[in-house]
Amino acid sequence: MEMDNKKVCDEIIRRSGVNPRKCMKCGKCSGTCPAYDEMEYHPHQFVYMVESGDIEPLLKSKSIYRCLTCFACVDRCPRGVEPAKLIEAVRLEAVRAQGNNHLKPDQLPDLLDEDMPQQAIVSAFRKYTK
Amino acid sequence: MKASYFPGCTLKTKAKDLDKYARKCAEVLGVELEEIKEWQCCGGVFTTSKDELATKLSSVRALSEANKKNQPLVSVCSACHNVLKQTNQMMKDNGESASHVNNYIAPETYNGETEVIHYLELLRDKIGFDKIKEKVVNPLTGKKIAAYYGCLLLRPGKVMAMDDVENPTIIEDLIRAIGAEPVIYSYRNECCGGYIALESKDLAKAKSQKVVDNAKQKGAEMIITACPLCLYNLKKNGADIPVVYITEILAEALGVKE
Repeated sequence: MEMDNKKVCDEIIRRSGVNPRKCMKCGKCSGTCPAYDEMEYHPHQFVYMVESGDIEPLLKSKSIYRCLTCFACVDRCPRGVEPAKLIEAVRLEAVRAQGNNHLKPDQLPDLLDEDMPQQAIVSAFRKYTK
Repeated sequence: MKASYFPGCTLKTKAKDLDKYARKCAEVLGVELEEIKEWQCCGGVFTTSKDELATKLSSVRALSEANKKNQPLVSVCSACHNVLKQTNQMMKDNGESASHVNNYIAPETYNGETEVIHYLELLRDKIGFDKIKEKVVNPLTGKKIAAYYGCLLLRPGKVMAMDDVENPTIIEDLIRAIGAEPVIYSYRNECCGGYIALESKDLAKAKSQKVVDNAKQKGAEMIITACPLCLYNLKKNGADIPVVYITEILAEALGVKE
């Protein structure tokens, strides 16, 4: 099992293009994250958990759907770690599994109002589904 | 001059004013915007993962179309611009992903040749704020306007390269050009919550309210933005001052607002 987790994490790192070992654990990514309050695991935790192979809690956590792709952590990281890219790669690992789409079309009517721009819907589908 | 134009899905539906006034103002300012034929939705957000390819093809097709005409590719929606620009950078970097994409679009090839600019860059770099100032017929003298950049226009800074990512001036310079007074506030480049408005209304509300409160605290009478989703979130979540598109306010100053 541990070998499997290592393999999954290696793949996530490769796919994201992020080098988590550059992180100096200053926490600036989490400090600037607009979704911090709604995350169980925060951006800096994603970085060290993926690096150490601790992937299962992340794959099960709602935190992967809370990243807003605002790139604040990407631009403000003093070491150029780019945590958002890592979070995206973890999310893809989760939603690409069969039957694991986080948002389903039949949920939509209840989530919409008449002013909601299409941009919100297409963005959510791109982020939450494969 | 002529430029290729990518309106995007929302500008054809919920954000018609953003599109209509972009075209009208361009006309007044001597730019012909040629809509890309059969453009397809950009997808709203750029997927950073190196093995995501199909989600990038619609952008590559639009970029390649502009390249064939040897024109810059202009968009107004912050999200479209962000996706097109990041996709273009990926093609320019010419790594593994770019060669896979080129396999899809063969016999065509595309290697990031197109100049991808936001409408604001068209105003600043191709037309010039001085020239815009000359064309203003209804200066908005004394009006205190807060520019809301949000996240997609500026970040990631090394790819978007529109302005200083933490201290931008491009929208403030536009505000000055139309005779109004820009309001500088610290939340102008923080996220409104974006598409989380679908899943967590509370988070979108918390983020948007901070932006509006901060702008008002600094004396703003109006907020302007280029992004339909920013506009939606700010309006839905407690903005009691007008939130309007950059092209709408420009049209007002140029005397072409209906």
